[in-house]
Formats: sequence, structure tokens, C-alpha cells
Amino acid sequence: MIDLVRTVLRQARALLRTAEIDTRLFGMITALAIIWIGFNVISGGDFLTPRNLWNLSVQSASIGIMATGMVLIIVSRNIDLSVGSLLGFLGYTMAVVQVTWIPVTLGLGFDQPYTWIVTVVIGVALGAIAGALQGFVISFGGVPSFIVTLGGLLVWRGLIFSYAQGQTMAPLDTTYRLLGGGPTGSLGEWPSWIVGIVACVAIVVSLFASRRRRRRYGFQLRPMWAEIAIGAILCAAVLGAVWVTNSYPWPTALAAQYAEQNGITPPPGGLVIPTGIAIPVIIMIGVTIVMSYLATRRRFGRNVFAMGGNPEAARLAGINTRRTIIYSFGLMGILCAISAAVQTARLNAAVTGLGVQNELDVISAAVIGGTSFAGGIGTIPGAVLGAVVMQSLRSGMLLLRVDSPTQDIVVGMVLVVAVGLDALLRRRTA
Amino acid sequence: MTATDPPTAATAAEPRIPLVEMHDIRVSFGGVHAVDGVQIDLHPGEVVGIVGGNGAGKSTLMKVLSGAQPADSGEIRIEGRPASINDPAEAKAYGIECIYQTLALADNLDTPANVFLGRELVNFVGSLNDAAMESATRNVMKRLNPRFLNFKTPVVSLSGGQRQSVAIGRAVHFNARILIMDEPTAALGPAETAQVRDLVKQLKDEGLGIFLISHDIHDVFDLSDRISVMYHGRIVDTVDKGNVTTDDVLAMIILGKKPEEASSEELAELQISSPG
Repeated sequence: MIDLVRTVLRQARALLRTAEIDTRLFGMITALAIIWIGFNVISGGDFLTPRNLWNLSVQSASIGIMATGMVLIIVSRNIDLSVGSLLGFLGYTMAVVQVTWIPVTLGLGFDQPYTWIVTVVIGVALGAIAGALQGFVISFGGVPSFIVTLGGLLVWRGLIFSYAQGQTMAPLDTTYRLLGGGPTGSLGEWPSWIVGIVACVAIVVSLFASRRRRRRYGFQLRPMWAEIAIGAILCAAVLGAVWVTNSYPWPTALAAQYAEQNGITPPPGGLVIPTGIAIPVIIMIGVTIVMSYLATRRRFGRNVFAMGGNPEAARLAGINTRRTIIYSFGLMGILCAISAAVQTARLNAAVTGLGVQNELDVISAAVIGGTSFAGGIGTIPGAVLGAVVMQSLRSGMLLLRVDSPTQDIVVGMVLVVAVGLDALLRRRTA
Repeated sequence: MTATDPPTAATAAEPRIPLVEMHDIRVSFGGVHAVDGVQIDLHPGEVVGIVGGNGAGKSTLMKVLSGAQPADSGEIRIEGRPASINDPAEAKAYGIECIYQTLALADNLDTPANVFLGRELVNFVGSLNDAAMESATRNVMKRLNPRFLNFKTPVVSLSGGQRQSVAIGRAVHFNARILIMDEPTAALGPAETAQVRDLVKQLKDEGLGIFLISHDIHDVFDLSDRISVMYHGRIVDTVDKGNVTTDDVLAMIILGKKPEEASSEELAELQISSPG
């Protein structure tokens, strides 16, 4: 029996290698599938419903966005403990901008068409400055990132109270609130399908382009069957995800209200409006693509990985290591601002506890996603998957009415076991 | 080509302008004078061996030239013009490449990424051109080590000799004019050592100036035109290979004095303590 399993595993690995698929990523997807199916069976079919999966996608977005930046930070042998507090500070600032500054202080009134974009631009700029400032102290001040960002964790959180003694800021701008998702903060049926089809075309084009490039330089090519199979599986996954989000209809009350406002006579059984992909999920996908590009296709990303692999070699190769650290922390600040927008928009408020302990979720997501604390190893899609795994565990346990302390115990143990397994596998393959 | 013939007697009377002149270089680490007023030069097509015991200052001196360790004081001239070298990037801009004893490889990256580390090829929008880098790396490695085939795996999984090839490939690819090799054969087997020796001779014929740091006195004698002996941060003497024996050089390394300055007792003691 064990021999059989071993043979199957070995053949599966050989197959993956011929198809040039990252075994680690494949392992994570398998683990995620097991978690999903497991919860679905235990909950009697309540987990794999469009409603639950749609919610899961929205809940993963905020942590997933920040985890992409945390990968680069950890890969360069640094750490950022300040992300939760920085998120709180930036979210609070953005709330103050749209609740007080623009409408009251400047006297421009509420719900202006430009309010949301001005708010987000201010938040992102402030995030970049705050992050870069921490990076500056780390690289030029020579203070370890653990200490600098531990200080940041206290400072950013404390600064929240400089705004109106930390009162809750609400309600927020109506357009801004779309960033948080919800039925109206989603794309709807046809735009979601269009996004899905564009993604499929992009997948096919990039597979072809990579094949052509490799042929031009006379490198070994993936077998054609593997190329087609990879393309087909990825496209099916994308279109399947779109189908799931479109299978989740608006709540009946909201749909009825919408029908009334637009003068539609609801058909018998009520109007069914497909929700489609939530805007925060679109943001997370966009962030993932941009961050993957930065990490693997730009000098900046290559320098980050080189510094993580061997800081001395990076320095001797003439890499400007200080600038690279400042950029990576600045980038992390920008991602905190984006996540802050998503979280406040979803809450329709900014509270003082915004983002508390998010740093732990973000670091866990990156680490479950295969980022190594030894430096130099990690992937952006892995971290996003890590965020989805974490959120799946929490969401599944919530569904099974597991209380919050027990959830923490399980997530904590999963984190340690996942990293332990990873270290074991790495030693085996090395 | 006569122009690239190694100078047989590179003395002060040599009319050509040296490739590198380092003048009164000083580096100290908190009161310890690692390099203490060193004067050294290098001509095109010449190999200068630098020898000395541990802590004699060989590596530190070469780090000054490669930009890894800026000097406290002193002057560097490249082809007669004063050069300012404060970091590795500036040294590379002068055509100075260094193969460090530690190899300075990023273990998590593959061979092309290491060869082009800090000098990645990019396309018109600034994206990395990995295919072009891999292609160029294949060409340079073909010349150094025809059996080298691992272009896709992280260099951590390569053998010592292969890693050395990667480090050398990095220096050679960028058409260095001045090459510093710090213990290039220390980690290698006999076949690979022979390969490195051939490479040094080939590069020398191409007109490069090479500083060779080595513990192996035979390597140094085989490859160098001149030999500089360092002792406690100073240069004891720079000698033409043809004018000295290995014993003379060993005596200078150990005693820190020119043979004619050493007392007969000291020399006699050396004879006893180094049988054969």
C-alpha cells in the first residue's frame, strides 16, 4: 500500500517536472482542495456554495494584497511588523479625508464624484512615504527592520488617536464604498464574464509568447500536450470562478429594491441579479499581477532576491542595497493603503482597532505560501494562495461554529506544521 | 602582437603607462593597519602575483581596487588617470572585475542571474530579458567549461568547480581589462585547476592585467610575471619571477624581510623548520 502511494507520488512528480509545473504551488493547490472538500463534507455541503466562496474571495482580498508585499520584505531578509498599524493609520486618515476634510473643512460637500479618488491617492502617497521612511531608517540608520517596524507598530497605531481622539469615522463616501465589495461593489454578470475571457486570452497569449521566445534561443520546449493541458486547466479554473461568482445572486430584498427604483416588474419568484466578481477581488488580482511582474521581471525584484540569497554578493555585484530596501518598504506602505481602502470601504467606517493583528495574518499568509525566513525564497502567487488557505480555515471553522479561540489554536498549529513540512521537503529535495 | 607582449622587466624605467597604479594605499580597521602605505602597479598582459601569510593584507588591498573596501587614503590611477573608486559599481565602470575567494554568488539564483547580477539585461520597457541573458551565459560558459549544462538550477546545487566557473564567467563576460583573482584554485580539483591556469594564460595573452592572490606558491610561480610579497600590511618587495627562487619568496613571506636583509640565523632557522 505504502509502496503504491510512493510510486504514484513519484510518477506524479515526474509528470509535473516534464510539464515544468512548480511542485510547491501544485502542493498548495492540492492542500487547498483538501481543505475545501473536507469542510464541505463535514458541514454537509455548506462550504462549496457560491455564497460562501464569494464571501471567502472578498475576505481573502485584504490580507492577500498585503501578503504580496510581505513576500519581498521577507525575501530580502527583513520583516515588517507595522503593516496592521500602518493599515489602521492610513484607513483612518482616508476616512478623515472624506468625512471631515473634503466635505467640512474645505466645504465641498459630501459624495462628490472625485472624493474617492482624492482619498485613495492621499492614502497611497502617505503609505509610500510612511513605508519608505521605515525603509530609510533600516538601510541608512542601520536599525534592524524588526525593531524599526516594531516601533512603527506602536507609532502608527498611536497616531490614530491624533484624529478626533479616535472616534469612529462614518459613514463613508458612496463611491468609495464600492472598493469594499458587497452586491453593488461587484462587477455584475457580463463584466465578470468579460474579465474571465480576457484572462483566458492573456493566459493563452503568454503561453505562446513564452514558447516562441524559448524556441528563438533554441532552448528546450515543454511538450505540446503539457502546454495545451496547462492552458485548458487555467482557463477552466478562471471561467469556473466567474461562473461561481455569477451564481451568487443579490439578496432578495436588495434585488426587489433595485427593481422598484428602476421600474422593473419583478418576474414571479423575484428578480435574480448575479453578483459577479467583487471589486476588492479584482484589486487583489491586479496587485498580484503587478507584484509578480515586479518580483520576477524587473531589476528591482531580481535585486531583492539576490540580497536575500547573499547580501554580501549583492553588495559586491554593485547593487544599491539601500535603495532596494527603501523601495520594498515603500511598496509595502502602498499595499497597506490599498488594503486599508478595501477594509474601511467594506466596514463603511474607520475604527481605532482597524487592522489590529493583521501583521500576523499577512506574515502567516506569506510563510504558508512558501516564503522562507532564511531569505531569497518566495513567490507572490504562493502568498496570495496562502492568504486564501488561512481565510478558508477561518471561514470553514466559522461555518462549523468553532469558537474564535479554537480557531486561533488551529490556525497557529497549521502555520507551524506547514512551515515544518516545507522545511522537511526542502531538505529531502536538496 | 608586440603591444600586448608581457613586459619582461617592468621596472620604473618601463616607458609604457601602467594599467593600474596604486599609490600609498592605507586601510585600517580600528587601529589595525590592514594595508599600510602600499605601492603596486600592473601592466596590460601582465600577471602580478600577490603572496603573504594570513592577515598580510592581500585581500584587503584587492578589495580597495574592486571597490568593496574604500581606502582611508592613497591614490589609484587607471591608465595614468586618477580614478575614484568608492563602491563596486564604480570599479566595474573602470573595467575592473574581481573573483572573490567566497565567489560572491547568490545561491538562490540560477547561473544567468548570477553572471548578470547587478548588470541585468533589460528590454525596451525595462523588463528583464532572461532569454538573452541565458543565451549569453551559455556562450561564455561554453568557453570556460564545455561540460557545464546547469543553467536553470539555483547555483547552490552546483559543485565547487562549477560554482567557480560561474564566478569566473561573470568576470570574463563583461570584457574586464583588469582582473583580480582571489585564491581562484583553492576549492578546485586537479583538472579544474589546470583549466583555470589555462584561462589565466589565455586572458593574459588577450592583454588583460591580472592580480593573482594565492597561497599556492607554485601556482604563483607558474602564472605570474612579477610577485609582490606582503607582510603585516606592507609590501616587502616586488620581484621579477626570473630573478628569485621559491625559497627566496617563502623566506620573505615568513620573515617579512628581503633575503639580503635577513640574518643568517633567521635563514638557517627556516632551513631547519621547512624540511625538503
